[in-house]
Amino acid sequence: MAYELSHLRELEAESIHIFREVASEFERPALMFSGGKDSIVMLRLAEKAFHPCKIPFPVLHVDTGHNFPEVIEFRDRRLAEVGARLIVGSVQERIDNGSLKEEPGLNPSRNQLQTPVLLESIEENEFDALFGGARRDEEKARAKERVYSFRDDFGQWDPKNQRPELWSLYNGRIRKGEHIRVFPISNWTELDIWQYIEAEKIEIPEIYYSHQREVVERDGMLIATGPFNTLADGEKAYTETVRYRTIGCMTVTGAVESDADDIAKVIAEVAGTRITERGATRADDRVSEAAMEDRKKEGYF
Amino acid sequence: MAEILRFATAGSVDDGKSTLIGRLLYDTKTIFQDQMDAVEKASENLGSEGPNLALLTDGLRAEREQGITIDVAYRYFATPKRKFIIADTPGHIQYTRNMVTGASTADLAIVLLDARKGVVEQSKRHAFLASLLRIPHLVLAVNKMDLVDYSEEQFNKVADEFREFATRLDISDLTFIPVSALMGDNVVDRSEHMEWYDGPTLLTHLEQVHIASDRNMIDVRFPVQYVLRPQTEEYHDFRGFAGTVAGGVMKPGDEVMVLPSGFTSRIATIETLDGPVAEAFAPMAVTVTLDDEIDISRGDMLCRPNNQPDVTQDLDAMICWMTSDAKFEPRMKLAIKHTTRTARVMVKEVNYRLDINTLHRDEESEVLELNEIGRVTLRSTQPLFIDEYRRNRTTGSFILIDEHTNTTVGAGMILGVAE
Ligand SMILES: Nc1nc2c(ncn2[C@@H]2O[C@H](COP(=O)(O)OP(=O)(O)O)[C@@H](O)[C@H]2O)c(=O)[nH]1
Repeated sequence: MAYELSHLRELEAESIHIFREVASEFERPALMFSGGKDSIVMLRLAEKAFHPCKIPFPVLHVDTGHNFPEVIEFRDRRLAEVGARLIVGSVQERIDNGSLKEEPGLNPSRNQLQTPVLLESIEENEFDALFGGARRDEEKARAKERVYSFRDDFGQWDPKNQRPELWSLYNGRIRKGEHIRVFPISNWTELDIWQYIEAEKIEIPEIYYSHQREVVERDGMLIATGPFNTLADGEKAYTETVRYRTIGCMTVTGAVESDADDIAKVIAEVAGTRITERGATRADDRVSEAAMEDRKKEGYF
Repeated sequence: MAEILRFATAGSVDDGKSTLIGRLLYDTKTIFQDQMDAVEKASENLGSEGPNLALLTDGLRAEREQGITIDVAYRYFATPKRKFIIADTPGHIQYTRNMVTGASTADLAIVLLDARKGVVEQSKRHAFLASLLRIPHLVLAVNKMDLVDYSEEQFNKVADEFREFATRLDISDLTFIPVSALMGDNVVDRSEHMEWYDGPTLLTHLEQVHIASDRNMIDVRFPVQYVLRPQTEEYHDFRGFAGTVAGGVMKPGDEVMVLPSGFTSRIATIETLDGPVAEAFAPMAVTVTLDDEIDISRGDMLCRPNNQPDVTQDLDAMICWMTSDAKFEPRMKLAIKHTTRTARVMVKEVNYRLDINTLHRDEESEVLELNEIGRVTLRSTQPLFIDEYRRNRTTGSFILIDEHTNTTVGAGMILGVAE
């Protein structure tokens, strides 16, 4: 008898271990949830970690106000199913009450505005640990980040001053006001996520699968038209068969042309693809090579 | 069924470690076009001809500016046979601390050296750390073979030199592979320049090395991590003990003993969200229910009545000290995290400090400084349930935490109960 685990089962076990460790050692954890595939997998892993109990912490969504409606619908339905409490940090509310300013330009990205709203939600709710769905394969700066990523009073990450992390012994000691960002799926790759979604038959928002959508080509990406998207002079909207590889703000997340209308086809596409998911579909990360690193230092996800 | 192989890489600066990792990623088609474009652009800016594969693994801005790697970074690639997780540790000053960190979870270590220079002090240090951390498999990659005319003689000379040193270490599986990371020989593709070498390429070795038996499947160890009590209608009397199996194989019906109380019971079920399972082994994360109602909390451990870990407050251990803020010295008090137990310890004694270049034991030394390794004794405020690190890397390891700065300052590998 060979006692071996498949790579998905081993990754799953590691993630469950991390969820349980945090629930044991922190007073007020929360799970950051965007409605994207990574956070959906995180939610499933959290269910697995605490079954047959309910997930013992709330879910936090930093809502830019520029979401795909399909994703918000999915979020509400899924959270009701697992019985998790939702806390929303709203960027729109803060713009409306004047405490945040929309960036200039025709179709401003609200990516930068998420950080202050996130930090405010953390303070208001006194969260001491926040689960995030970031993966180390996503991006160079993430490759060095710990599973338990220490944040100071300002939510900042200091890449040069990280705690050593050994075996599966995580150090969650903090002072009041500080917190830890916890990344239970650090060791998963994009392909692992998709394979897991297939193996577990996890439902995801339908915009991940091929569909017809009105888009406009902008900076080499296909951006969905809609209420938040103002067309510039000369831009022409047209209908294309597309799907999304990542989900963020409607205004900056690019769709890719694709016929992959089920999970097997999506996996085949991901396995054969030649461009990283962020490079392909996130205008926010393409600004500069060090863009992500800079944003993380300031307290971004 | 693909499994995971975790490996660490070590090499002195300029031996070609970044190039080797870049080559593995590139030749296994793990590199995406946009990453390659970025590397080509960066290579041009740096004035190098052709893409510099080493840039693929160069992480943070500070490193790019200084042209060095500063910390442990993790990389991923997969072949149809296995998924690989690389702990990439840099080869300079902070070396020991970083390599110990990267090595703690590794199944295999690749120690890289330059075929022209042969075995240098650093190679010995790397091999020693790999053996200290009980990485079951060690690969010595003799790099830059293109610069020694792919000479069999030179390769054998280096290999012999290393083999001779390695007899002083406890390494169970040692493999030598001649490579050129720059040209790609024997990394992923078989070299056309080294007919004399009939062993596997580096990738083939990584795909085939047998790791399933490296985990302890004999001594049942289940540190209780979290107690699940739903108190719902459906699960009225349910009391589940959630945790990750640290050793052995557990089955319903097995008799278990609870530490520290010493009560015994039988395993009723092993639960998961997907339903009960027939057995659980390391590193599965499961929930165990017992036949009897026993008071059990986080930090307790389930084992077999006839196979128990040592229960002790006195630890004999090897320590790697990881901070320059303070010296490790007698009477110092620290927090300790061992499996799911957290306690405090007081340092009783530094038995000796180990010179990791010569393996000489300095018994005069009373303290350990940053990046030093020594054999020490500790006294904890609570009993811990320990095994020898060489027998179980989970129940045999611990971390030490500074109670003022809250940072992790030490890594410990247990030798046994201190006299
Ligand atoms: N000729 C030759 N040069 C190599 C080889 N591997 C690496 N190099 C070169 O050695 C230098 C240092 O390599 P790098 O990967 O940055 O070393 P690191 O410091 O160990 O990461 C670079 O100029 C590489 O191009 C090899 O197999 N053959």
